[in-house]
Amino acid sequence: MTQSHRLPAGGIVDRARPLHFEFDGARYEGCAGDTLASALLANGVHLVGRSFKYHRPRGIFAAGVDEPSALVQIARGARTEPNVRATTQELYEGLVAASQNRWPSLRFDVGAINNAMARFIPSGFYYKTFMWPPTPSWWLRYEHLIRLAAGLGRAPEEADPDSYEHRYAHCDVLVIGGGPAGLAAARAAAQEGARVMLCDEDHVLGGRLVANGSIVDERGAPYWIAATVRELAARPDVTLLSRTTAFGYYDGNLVALLERVADHHAAPPAHAPRQRLWKVRARAVVLAAGAHERGIAYANNDLPGTLLAGAAATFIDRYAVRPGSRAVVFTNNDSAYAAALALRGAGVAIEAIVDARPEKALDCTLPRAALDAGLPIVSGAVIARAHGGLRVAAVDIAPQAGGATRRIECDLVCVSGGWNPAVHLFSQARGRLRYDETLATFVPDGSPLPILPVGGANGRFDLAAALAEGHAAGLAAAGHAGFDTGASLEPPQATPVETGALRPLWSVPPRRAGDKRFVDLQEDVTAEDVALAAREGYASVEHLKRYTTLGMGTDQGKTSNVVGLALLAESTGRSIPEVGTTTFRPPYTPVTLGVFPGDAAAAHVEPTRYSPMHDWHVEQGARFVNAGLWKRPHSYARPGESADDAANREAKNVRANVGVVDVSTLGKIELQGADVAEFLNRVYINRWDTLAVGRCRYGVMLRDDGIVFDDGTTSRLAPSHYLMTTTTLNAVKVMQRLLYLLQVDWPDLEVFVTSVTEQWAAAALSGPHARRVLAKIVDIDVSNEAFPFLAVGRCRLRGATGAIPARVFRMSYSGELAYEIHVPADRGRAMLEAVVAAGAEFGIMPYGTEAMSTLRIEKGHVVVGPEADGRTTAADLGMGKLVSPAKWCIGKPLLTRPALTAPDRWQLVGLTAQGGAKMPRAAKLVADPGRSLPNPMLGHVTSWCWSPNLGAWIALALLANGRARHGETLWAVSPLAGAKVQVTVGPPCFIDPEGGRLRV
Amino acid sequence: MLLIPCPWCGPRAQVEFTYGGDATVRRPGPDAPEAAWVEYVYVRDNPAGPHHEWWLHGAGCRRWFRVRRDTRTHEILGSAPPGQELRGGAA
Repeated sequence: MTQSHRLPAGGIVDRARPLHFEFDGARYEGCAGDTLASALLANGVHLVGRSFKYHRPRGIFAAGVDEPSALVQIARGARTEPNVRATTQELYEGLVAASQNRWPSLRFDVGAINNAMARFIPSGFYYKTFMWPPTPSWWLRYEHLIRLAAGLGRAPEEADPDSYEHRYAHCDVLVIGGGPAGLAAARAAAQEGARVMLCDEDHVLGGRLVANGSIVDERGAPYWIAATVRELAARPDVTLLSRTTAFGYYDGNLVALLERVADHHAAPPAHAPRQRLWKVRARAVVLAAGAHERGIAYANNDLPGTLLAGAAATFIDRYAVRPGSRAVVFTNNDSAYAAALALRGAGVAIEAIVDARPEKALDCTLPRAALDAGLPIVSGAVIARAHGGLRVAAVDIAPQAGGATRRIECDLVCVSGGWNPAVHLFSQARGRLRYDETLATFVPDGSPLPILPVGGANGRFDLAAALAEGHAAGLAAAGHAGFDTGASLEPPQATPVETGALRPLWSVPPRRAGDKRFVDLQEDVTAEDVALAAREGYASVEHLKRYTTLGMGTDQGKTSNVVGLALLAESTGRSIPEVGTTTFRPPYTPVTLGVFPGDAAAAHVEPTRYSPMHDWHVEQGARFVNAGLWKRPHSYARPGESADDAANREAKNVRANVGVVDVSTLGKIELQGADVAEFLNRVYINRWDTLAVGRCRYGVMLRDDGIVFDDGTTSRLAPSHYLMTTTTLNAVKVMQRLLYLLQVDWPDLEVFVTSVTEQWAAAALSGPHARRVLAKIVDIDVSNEAFPFLAVGRCRLRGATGAIPARVFRMSYSGELAYEIHVPADRGRAMLEAVVAAGAEFGIMPYGTEAMSTLRIEKGHVVVGPEADGRTTAADLGMGKLVSPAKWCIGKPLLTRPALTAPDRWQLVGLTAQGGAKMPRAAKLVADPGRSLPNPMLGHVTSWCWSPNLGAWIALALLANGRARHGETLWAVSPLAGAKVQVTVGPPCFIDPEGGRLRV
Repeated sequence: MLLIPCPWCGPRAQVEFTYGGDATVRRPGPDAPEAAWVEYVYVRDNPAGPHHEWWLHGAGCRRWFRVRRDTRTHEILGSAPPGQELRGGAA
């Protein structure tokens, strides 16, 4: 199809580069430089979607980010994206777009029945209707159906094929917006020597000047833009970012920018991200974000063919598109006259300029120019109603004071209700707003932070004033950042335009019941909805917003919010400043979710930590489990063996023969200095000043409130050199706490701590044959006499490729004769291979965390998490005797509180399921499962397993007054799993309670 | 995201730090009465305005230090190593 509405000359589109695209299955042609909206209009297409609630036909209303109606689905396979504003989507060859919220077709839409039923769907409809009967289950049932009927567009179902990235940047002056004020500010700040970043959402800089015929410094504005951009680009300290939207202002002058690197292509070029998130720290910010035009609520003001006047001018000036043949312009201010003149210049017949102001108010530059051009001006009048089906066909105009209407046929209505400064980021920066009676809108009124609004964003709509203000703000921002050369630089000059006063006009009274006068085109909120909400008591602007959904669409009410709150003020008899505005929150425009994680997606959501022996585990066929960020072997299944069977075999083999497990993930902290023993005395509940060199000891740390924090062993390697181990999950927390205690609370202690978790690989060798295996590969005497339980020594291990320096610790987690072997991380694999080779004749098997867990449950060893769950004391866990009476430690002073010593505390016990039954998952303990509710819970199961060594299902549990209940029978019930089992209560240690096996 | 002035490393982004709680409370001595411990462990002010708090520069120098932050605005008014007077905030 040809570009029937493209003007033969003008604009900044490249007619020599035609681009082909598809909309709702029809093929069209546009030009390089078009947006999807301008290309559709170039082909005479106004109808582009159906509205959210009433399914009314909707067209293109704006020309930029403020567009509420022209939302389309861009279809790019897995790259499909809903709710894309046609007015910001750059056209590319092969673009495929579809309209939304219509079925079966855009021109004939079944959902439009909602429009006929509109009087049954007032504001708050869902809240009122679906709240009966008043039980939550009914809302849940309705909600499902409401969701089906709601929503615009279709989310992609496939994984996002694109990549996103983050960049961090610092600058002295960040200029948001590359229009006249922004460019003037950037130029001035750069001249002062400041590092400047300038971003603009458009793909060209210049804002409204790119094609509107303005004069700056006595030349056409495009020349001034080109010269200024050239000058800025030549400076090494200036960064210019186009297609980049500043969408959020955060603490510490951090501004988030979204750069659309590749959205103007069908797919990103090779190795390029689709979008980039910039996190910019600026010493000062100049906000030159411009302004958004607002509409006027009259009947059927949503018909396709209705445009904001400024948008109509943009489509003509910039895109060389004639948006209609016969236009009516409706305004309450001077700016629409520029649009009228542009329309006339494009060959559009101006049927009438309907101006709400009296004739005497029109004696200013632009209205005079319109009058001189012979355009018909009807002053003191309004549009009372528009007519049409899928496109506006006529309007009824009437005197502002009321009276007979006159019908004017037209195919285009251009509306201007005034302009709202884009104060969004200023407001996010805690800037105050003030209602300006002259402009009838909210304008910036000072911020505690260094953010300077200029130009349209500050209510300075005149070009000359915007340039001067931008220039001054650029100097001021540079000065704030410490740059003041004192050199004089002439600000860019333009001729001020004499502008007449605006006359506030928010709505035109309806002439007919049932007429819809839209305030928010995207959320389908009418002036009647606002009035109804006020009548029902939603007098606060925040309540109005939530009740009617005004301004809650993806456009965040850029064209509608001020109109809505002005109507609320009228309805409630208050002034507009009394009503106030809703809070402006990030993001300014919608941001793709994918850009927030950036490259931290899929496998890279968080870092993965691997043991130095990881590759060996992989080769042994290990199945892995996540432990914090670590990957740990769960079990080593043989061919045909299940993971559970493997873990049972491994656990049994440890007690029968010998096994080896990777414990490199334990936190390891070295402590050195004269006062380590005193420090350990203070952080652990037990005594450390008695620990001899070459010995190790188990210790428990408490929180300040007396609850167990972490446990582990600490070894004395030399008189003033200790090695502490922590649990895998608490390694970082323990380290942070030790640093705090040493730096803040006890700086007088001479103790130095260093995390060595990643410097050492560690394995535990465990089982009756452990000593025989170890003796084959070490160069020290490891007999029970020379190297007894809790001994620590240094040695050299015989590895396949040479000796490995090692530390050996005789400690046991499994309850068997066991040794922990630590070697430098890069020798971990050689150590493990040496151990396994030496153990072959004794039946050694590697075991994973599952078998390790079984072994520790059999021994009744507690774990931080299940048993030490942030509520248990050492006494609860059966370790009350570890608390040394001879010294103070963290948490001890509060241990004597009555609540922590009460007899009904939940205490650690062991459970055995009776009759060979399986222990249910996450079970609660009750005396009688048949009792009527509420059934008192006596405790709960914390860890459970099948014990291959006992041939029974066993568990650890926390049970009220548990130590006094050994021998009792209780029920472990899991209502979620529908399971209940009788269990026998006993001591938590099931195997070798005297610990004889440890000491052989 | 806050810009936190580490006394040793200078201003750095918040992601490098760990929050450590109220810096106006001091750990009582070993012989302090139980009431002093209850006060230390459980009782906190919740000021609307400047507040002292501990931060750890975990991804940097691994030092704890004190920050004065306005809880209403997140403005950082100064920082100092333990036991030293606060110095001015970041730009």
